[in-house]
Amino acid sequence: MEIFSNLLLGFQVALTPFNLLMCLVGVLLGTLIGVLPGVGPVATIAMLLPITFNLNPIGALIMLAGIYYGAQYGGSTTAILVNLPGESSSVVTCLDGYQMARQGRAGPALATAALGSFFAGCVATLVVAMFAPPLAEVALKFGPAEYFSLMVLGLVAAVVLAHGSLLKAIAMVILGLLLGLVGTDVNSGVLRFAFNISELADGIGFVTVAMGMFGLAEIITNLEHTETREVFTSKVKHLWPTKEDWKRLWGPVLRGTFLGSALGILPGGGALLASFGAYTLEKKVSKYSHEFGKGAIEGVAAPESANNAGAQTSFIPLLTLGIPSNAVMALMIGAMMIQGIAPGPQVMTERKELFWGMIASMWVGNLMLVVLNLPLIGMWIKLLTVPYRILYPSILVFMAIGVYSLSNNPFDVFLMSIFGLLGYVCVKLECEPAPMILGFILGPLMEENLRRAMLLSRGDPMTFIQKPISAGFIIASVILLVIIALPALRKKREEVFVEE
Amino acid sequence: MKIKGPKEFWAGLMFIAFGLFFLIGSQINYQMGTAVRMGPGYFPSVLGGILAVLGVLVLVDAFVEDGPKVPKFNFRPLVMILIACLAFAYTLKPLGLIGAIAALVFIGAFGGHEFKFKEVTILTVVLVIFSVLVFVKGLTLPFPIWPAFME
Repeated sequence: MEIFSNLLLGFQVALTPFNLLMCLVGVLLGTLIGVLPGVGPVATIAMLLPITFNLNPIGALIMLAGIYYGAQYGGSTTAILVNLPGESSSVVTCLDGYQMARQGRAGPALATAALGSFFAGCVATLVVAMFAPPLAEVALKFGPAEYFSLMVLGLVAAVVLAHGSLLKAIAMVILGLLLGLVGTDVNSGVLRFAFNISELADGIGFVTVAMGMFGLAEIITNLEHTETREVFTSKVKHLWPTKEDWKRLWGPVLRGTFLGSALGILPGGGALLASFGAYTLEKKVSKYSHEFGKGAIEGVAAPESANNAGAQTSFIPLLTLGIPSNAVMALMIGAMMIQGIAPGPQVMTERKELFWGMIASMWVGNLMLVVLNLPLIGMWIKLLTVPYRILYPSILVFMAIGVYSLSNNPFDVFLMSIFGLLGYVCVKLECEPAPMILGFILGPLMEENLRRAMLLSRGDPMTFIQKPISAGFIIASVILLVIIALPALRKKREEVFVEE
Repeated sequence: MKIKGPKEFWAGLMFIAFGLFFLIGSQINYQMGTAVRMGPGYFPSVLGGILAVLGVLVLVDAFVEDGPKVPKFNFRPLVMILIACLAFAYTLKPLGLIGAIAALVFIGAFGGHEFKFKEVTILTVVLVIFSVLVFVKGLTLPFPIWPAFME
């Protein structure tokens, strides 16, 4: 069995003292920012990106990955105790988790979230180990036409998953693609839309955009609301779920894990979609569906397992195709490029130790999270009592330092402010920033592959339909768009997002 | 004609503006090339055109379907937070990390609901010490710590 020898290699890498330390730092940081509402993994990883330059590639990636799945653990704590999603993927956990806390069952809710996540993390690690190698093999045969069509599919999926108006989501994707084109055109060397600003020659930095659109805009919107938090700190006593709980637990955990793993692989997917999907499914199939929203343990178990599974399997498209499925994965690409690794299917064969080391570290990290989180829960709760007026200036300082250090230049901070403004306007006009960010990363890649494909086909756009794999992606995109445009499903989709 | 969906209305206008900017900008400044050999203007022109069309569709929607109002802009946090970031960026070299963090925290704190001088001062000191230790000493970022005139 090749998979076992590969995993063995992975564990040898992941269990070196330095990498263990990096993993620990990653999951601790992840839990920390997961617990704190208003600080997401995107902003955190973006802040740390410049710093990873000084680390070795494996350590850096292990740490950054730890932040992402660690945040899923931490997010649930806040959701259950404060009824605030610490992480966007914990939104649905609030529904039942908080109700459980109000009934004095915060302990079992927290334990359920942690254990469900751990189980999901173990399964998802195996899924990544099993599915990534064959996918990478297929991907090695991809030409520019296939890559272009795959990216189209990814963007369409991102649109489908965005909240609100379909038209606006598509427009945001296109806007992102266009902003991604700012800077030097690789083929002709022409500077595009740079207004003679030398800092824009290399394009707009992804970190800058992400910090502005997500980080700054979020802080500004948070400041509009007055602070009201009710923390159930005193009621966390009996952590362990009862026998009855266990009986009701395992089904949702299993279903959540598998649904989450599947949804995580999808382009545009990840933890957020996984948790939504799992909650909706569980509400449909559960015997206790009438208890949902009133503190059903299933409503915690399913989405919490799913978001952790989804967070991990969303590494599959990144590691095999070199295509990010969400904003966090886009940052991981950034991290790989900083280290001089070109993301794509060749990573698996050329940097075997890196690939398998990262997968093994995910399992190790999940174990650390369970061991650390259940006993340390008191510490995380303490953190929740830190008021936002202390928190947000601190976040601002770290963001400003992180962006400034990208090129040691005030211009990037200036750009971040501009995107903060744009992000705020987008919040007010209900235009989702997530599809834009995805478009922003894929813009240059798409243009490059489109150009190559058209050059190879001598300008015949039929090439995208004549190649079978490419045609498959295009057909899938069209079907997705048609389905979502159908009135009946459109309504359904709106309903799903309204549940928030 | 009455605007039924103000959010859609403004979003539509925004998309049209961005679309036309990229479309016209690339038409004027960059070569289009052909489908076989695309010039630097090709892809942005096409995308800019699509964006403008989408903007028009969103705009049409604003006149057809009822939609929610645009929530009021809250200028105090918006302006204060943005100025705080800019203040940090442009004071870092002349005033060092100490001055820049102080500027950011104090201006940023004015964007919040309450401003407690003592609390903000303590927060500044803590953040300065932490940042100096972690970013300058630990991660060796090339930031000046003290204001330039004190060195």
